[in-house]
Amino acid sequence: MTDAPLAPPRSENFLTAKETIRSWFLTIDHKRIALLYAAALFVFFFIGAAGAAVIRIEMLTPQGDVVSAEGYNRAFTLHGVIMVWFFLVPLIPTTFGNFLLPLMLGAKDLAFPRLNLASWYVFMISGVFTLAAIWLGGLETGWTFYTPLSAVYADGWVTLAILGVFISGFSSIFTGINFIVTTHTLRAPGMTWFRMPLFVWSLYATSLVMVLATPVLAITLLLILAERAFGIGVFDPTLGGDPLLFQHLFWFYSHPAVYIMILPAFGVISELVTAGARNRVFGYKFIAFSSLAIAILGFMVWGHHMFTTGQSMYAGIVFSFLSFLVAVPSAVKAYNWAATLYKGRITLNTPFLYALGFIALFVFGGLTGVILAALAVDLHVHDSYFVVAHFHYIMVGAAVTAFMGAVHFWWPKVTGRLYNEHLGRASAILLWIGFNLTFFPQFIMGYLGMPRRYHAYDPEFQVWHLLSSAGTPILAMGYLLPVFYLGWSLYNGRPAGPNPWRAQGLEWTVSSPPPEHNFHGPVKVTREAYDYPKEDAYKGPLPRDAWREAEDDREEGQAAEDRR
Amino acid sequence: MSWAGIKFWPEAISAHAENVDALAISFFALIWALAVPIGVALVAFAWRYRRSNDGPDRQQPHHGSAWLEWGWMILPFLLTLAFFVWSAGLYRDQHHPPPDAREVYGVGLQWMWKFEHPGGQREINRLTVPAGEPVRVVLTSQDVIHSLFLPPLRIRQDVVPGLTTSLWFEAEEPGVYDLRCTEFCGVSHSRMTGELVVLEPAEFEAWLAAFDAGPTLAEAGERLYRDLGCSGCHGPNAAVRAPDLAHLYRRPVPLERGETVIADEQYITDSILMPERDVVAGYEPVMPSFEGVIEESELVALVAFIKSMAAEDGMDGNAMGADAPSDPAEEEDAE
Ligand code: HEM
Ligand SMILES: [Cu+2]
Repeated sequence: MTDAPLAPPRSENFLTAKETIRSWFLTIDHKRIALLYAAALFVFFFIGAAGAAVIRIEMLTPQGDVVSAEGYNRAFTLHGVIMVWFFLVPLIPTTFGNFLLPLMLGAKDLAFPRLNLASWYVFMISGVFTLAAIWLGGLETGWTFYTPLSAVYADGWVTLAILGVFISGFSSIFTGINFIVTTHTLRAPGMTWFRMPLFVWSLYATSLVMVLATPVLAITLLLILAERAFGIGVFDPTLGGDPLLFQHLFWFYSHPAVYIMILPAFGVISELVTAGARNRVFGYKFIAFSSLAIAILGFMVWGHHMFTTGQSMYAGIVFSFLSFLVAVPSAVKAYNWAATLYKGRITLNTPFLYALGFIALFVFGGLTGVILAALAVDLHVHDSYFVVAHFHYIMVGAAVTAFMGAVHFWWPKVTGRLYNEHLGRASAILLWIGFNLTFFPQFIMGYLGMPRRYHAYDPEFQVWHLLSSAGTPILAMGYLLPVFYLGWSLYNGRPAGPNPWRAQGLEWTVSSPPPEHNFHGPVKVTREAYDYPKEDAYKGPLPRDAWREAEDDREEGQAAEDRR
Repeated sequence: MSWAGIKFWPEAISAHAENVDALAISFFALIWALAVPIGVALVAFAWRYRRSNDGPDRQQPHHGSAWLEWGWMILPFLLTLAFFVWSAGLYRDQHHPPPDAREVYGVGLQWMWKFEHPGGQREINRLTVPAGEPVRVVLTSQDVIHSLFLPPLRIRQDVVPGLTTSLWFEAEEPGVYDLRCTEFCGVSHSRMTGELVVLEPAEFEAWLAAFDAGPTLAEAGERLYRDLGCSGCHGPNAAVRAPDLAHLYRRPVPLERGETVIADEQYITDSILMPERDVVAGYEPVMPSFEGVIEESELVALVAFIKSMAAEDGMDGNAMGADAPSDPAEEEDAE
């Protein structure tokens, strides 16, 4: 590998091997499909963010004066629907999962490359339905679509939006099946289950949840459509239905779905932390199994969204207990990541900063979840900004931060270019500050009694809303800045070489960008994941420049020789 | 609690609210205690083991430790469990109103709150209650799901169409407080607010008396009972054989399908709207449904009347309205 060229020849590089538009839209290369997904999610993120901007601007003053009540309700519904189903759920699995899973396992592609392409098209079709609903005027049900409001009373394009979400479920299921089969069947010789990178474990757990939970959502949405379109009574009490049945079904999917959003992020962080600390991971098996434990327990806690509905007292108590339990495997990970730093060799480069930021935000989000699971407290803060803050800490503070970390970690691999480290670190810090300023005040106003989804509010909350709104532009900067320097790096960045972080993992053994068929020869795995050398001769900067590589590798070879 | 006009902590006007605050504050303290070591470890390790620092010994292998793993799983869990027990206890209390609680009926609809006292006093977007006395609010919705939230009491209860729910509280501090809807219920959700007025008991009695109340709720119900023809079947000399309702409330009712349920408000309401669902053992399913025939407020009056009949024959209606969900048989019925 020491004679790896600075950049692979065009014919090998998956980005340039074929150059027609058609070759992109009909590609069955998992790496290209990952980029197709990334492009789509990029667009959805900006649409969802526009909804958030409307919300934060309206909340500057207590009076509902910027948009009408209807406009406000449509804005937060748009924001929730797009961000949950068209951004957070697919975010990491379809981009980094698609790109990395075969590379990490030593495979040429996913098990079903055509199904993978089909899942992208299904996703795009579902997106068109939902965007059409928004374009035509939107809807006002909130992302939770509670009945009978959504089924009977709500105006707007509810049916169309629900169809969109319904269809998007199929693309999740396709991806989940593909990942499960790939993990079982396409591991390279020597890649035993306990040598797999933790990112693969987390994708595996996520896929299980996708395949098992998504059908329930699909059925539930179909039942609403049946009720809306044909007046069949399922949830509407005037037709003999039960409105709480909807909530049970909805959360039976949506609670596991929150884990679809966070499990892959856990996996990313395990990769970032080990590479940043240049150390073997602490408690490999505990981290791996905690993902599975979360996937399983996650199916048993949906009732904690319904403590105030009038479900039976006994149900409430059982769901509360199980929710306390589900926090345990989440906590395990945080402790293990911290322990991984012990006796490491740490560089505070951009991906590692994102990882540290993630851990802090996730711990806070997770622990406030346990507070919400305490029944008597939930009776006070349910459906308030406290809940809004809780899930944003996890879904945005944690999951999206992990995604940003992943972007900065694997960017050199995907594009073959290095970006500006200073700007990278600056945006990691901006994001962290902006995020906390935006969402921490929401815990306070939530406990004070500020309900969520209010267009106009009591002036006593205004200070906290002002702080929250003030954080938003900083947060937005944290997301926008990378668009510029990463874009710039595409044309002007220094070549990255195969392994600028000197990280372990099969994906770092191939050239950057990877060749079209991933590996040149057969892959054989002989070591566990994260087998970082205890003594590291290399003292230079990370990421290291490609042109210094040859020299460093010689040194490293020497050190390896000495070790033996 | 506030500083420089900025509010940091909401006022608490009941023992329950103070309990919830104590629970929340000590739970916050615990989570900080659990979170801070992680933060400290991250920062301390990141500094001590920075790459440029060749000082520390990195030789000792450290890739896991079973006792450490189980330790940091079990210990925090047990600590949090204390809070589970505490909070479940408070939650349980919320489900067990004192037997002598005063009752108020509330209906949520797009977009207002209607409350009605047993004496027939009606209020819109205002709930007037006496201080120092337990009050139970029996709730239902006319359209979509709403949620009654009383911040200074730290309680809320969803108001669900087709379901009778309730909450109870004992406010100590007279005053005027916020009352909000916190389940998104359509365009004017954020305007579905009102006030909770807590009066000194004497003032409250005066307020009730000053009300130019029409007939009491039960009286209104009794008229409906006659006008709608209920008495035609359920009365003592009726031609059709139908169960006697005079002794119904809070009594066990054997059903045709073999179960026994307790006749609470939910059961009575369901029996009026969906008579074919829970047929009483030994009777024909001949009763028509009154779904769509009567309004929510009339339903409330009818239920109040049926409850009042039980009260007359010694089974105090209000008293027994109380410990409703404690009965397992009834829990089943609620499913
Ligand atoms: C440590 C484990 C967690 C516990 C114990 C927990 C607990 C809770 C509880 C009790 C609620 C309901 C609050 C209410 O509505 O009153 C809730 C809401 C929520 N949680 Fe968590 N949570 C945990 C982790 C997560 C994770 C990992 C995510 C996302 C990735 C998440 C996302 C959400 C969302 C989206 C909601 C609210 C949805 C809504 O009402 O719109 N939670 N959580
Ligand atoms: Cu949940």
